[in-house]
Amino acid sequence: MRLVLRRALPAIATLVAVAFLTMMLTSLLPGDPAQTIAGPEADPEDVAAVREDLRLDEPLPTRFVGWVGDAVTGDLGRSYRTNQPVAEAITERMPVTIQIGAMAIGIALLVAIPLGTLSAYKAGGLADRAVTGVSFGLLAVPSFMMAILLILVFAETLGWAPATGWTRLTADPVENFRSAILPALALAVGELAVYTRLLRADMVTTLQQDSITMARAKGLSPARILFRHALRPSSFSLLTVVGLQIGAILSGAVLVETLFAVPGLGRLLVDSILQRDLVMVQGIAVVIAASFVVVNVVVDLLYTLLDPRIRHGHATA
Amino acid sequence: MDTRPLDSSVGSGGLAGPPGGGPASLFDEAMAAAVPGSVPGLSPAGAGPRARRRLGWRGPGGLGIAFWLAVGWLAVVAFCALFAKYLPLQDPIPPDVSSRLDGPSADHWLGADGLGRDQLSRLAHAASVSLTVSLSAVAIGGIVGGALGTAVGYVRGRAETVVMAAIDVLLAFPALVLLLVVLAYVGRSLTVISVLIGFLSIPVYTRVARANTLAVAQREFVQAAVVLGATRRRILWREIIPNVVLSLAAFGLVAMGVVIVLEGSLAVLGLSVEPPDPTWGGMIAESRRHMSDAPHTALVPAGAMFLTVLSLNFVGDSLRRRVDTRDAGL
Repeated sequence: MRLVLRRALPAIATLVAVAFLTMMLTSLLPGDPAQTIAGPEADPEDVAAVREDLRLDEPLPTRFVGWVGDAVTGDLGRSYRTNQPVAEAITERMPVTIQIGAMAIGIALLVAIPLGTLSAYKAGGLADRAVTGVSFGLLAVPSFMMAILLILVFAETLGWAPATGWTRLTADPVENFRSAILPALALAVGELAVYTRLLRADMVTTLQQDSITMARAKGLSPARILFRHALRPSSFSLLTVVGLQIGAILSGAVLVETLFAVPGLGRLLVDSILQRDLVMVQGIAVVIAASFVVVNVVVDLLYTLLDPRIRHGHATA
Repeated sequence: MDTRPLDSSVGSGGLAGPPGGGPASLFDEAMAAAVPGSVPGLSPAGAGPRARRRLGWRGPGGLGIAFWLAVGWLAVVAFCALFAKYLPLQDPIPPDVSSRLDGPSADHWLGADGLGRDQLSRLAHAASVSLTVSLSAVAIGGIVGGALGTAVGYVRGRAETVVMAAIDVLLAFPALVLLLVVLAYVGRSLTVISVLIGFLSIPVYTRVARANTLAVAQREFVQAAVVLGATRRRILWREIIPNVVLSLAAFGLVAMGVVIVLEGSLAVLGLSVEPPDPTWGGMIAESRRHMSDAPHTALVPAGAMFLTVLSLNFVGDSLRRRVDTRDAGL
């Protein structure tokens, strides 16, 4: 419990800082949001009414405290454009991004764990060189480039999946999978390269330890040694990076959702920015920061599950 | 172990990288956030000398063919960036409907784009945008972040705590999202984009510089200087900085690749330099419309960007492994 608290406090401080920075940034912008909302030909009274309604006439710290107070109760304000509650818009879009992101991480791990393990087991061999070389190459392929190549090959040429668009899971699970697979793959490829290289490096170290020699001496099969004995102690860096890569996934989602015309959180953010929907931008920014922070707190706590030796406070590096 | 987040070998962190506040691993995130799949995997393929021999066709002690190929490609890109205007290339701006979407031919070696403009010429001119953005962003981030990180890493104490806490807050956020939010409001000229990316990358360099300073400060030659009675200032300038700068420069090369990709990402979202000026990212983004009938419009700029980022990663990574003090078993 104390552990949870120790992790949670800096996390909350980070969130507040992000929220404040976003608000400061958006309030420094040229132009009057109230005028924008009311329309260019609105009466001054209308503009003033909007301004009062949105508390734009109050000083920044007051507004911020008010915003935080509302945010705690789940009220992130209303969109300047559509008047839809920001929280509602976010909960509508969130599942799409989560689905694509989760599929991407799933695919990446499914490929990376066997490849990284094989690569470490046969370190220096042909398979290892191939895996290492290809993953180094993949690091130079950004997700938007991958997205375009995937569209070119699987949508335009082979026609296996739609190039753009989205089908809801509840509407048609098969179509949903078809519309999600290419965006997920585009995100997965970069992750996969990172995970593979990381796991390989850690696994090479693990395999040199006495416990592994012992397991070999006992005559255990290579598969059992690798997956039962070596994988778990080799997966700490991997776990950290999977957590940290949530940030990369979210950034990638912005691009991939735009390219595949998928109605996720990233696309909502881009649209809101282009339309100067400041309340929406702030809400999304905080939600993104929050998910990043929460995931990493969870990852941190998972260490204790993976490695009982780690008790924070007297852990040795 | 160099696969660990930078700090863990020298800082106070355990295995864990505490979120949003702790010492480890957010360094990985910032670059990774900028480009999915960049930095964490850039740690060398393995640990120790065994791995060092493995990566590519490398002679004993030499840097190998792959390294020089990468350097060669970067030289070509730099040459294009500097001299595109003077080369006998077609004008990259005016449309020419007659050659619209033409494949590679004698007139257009790499084909023509959706407006019939010569792709080779656009590619060469776009190189200068990529190079300007990446060089200036890396310069800003490297100098400011490097100075900050070295200073707090050497001085330690409360200044370090405060600076690193601030840095962690900045890093706890997907870089592209932050960039988008800022950029959408302050305009999008080449200068703004370069300065902004440079500014946003300061925290990463601060982390790298601090971690390296911490490592260097513990080494024997620094302790020797202390014992010999050198002033703190002299130690900082003569002993620490020359060693930190090398690592920082190697990291800067990899970071240039990250910046090039970031510019491309902005272009895909329509937030990079205004058309009709060519950028690689812009060319890739435009090609989306013609993908089915003219795939070369996508493949040519994508290939150029891929080769450049790959080369930067490779060169940066090779150099980093040569200068990295932690890799030398210290």
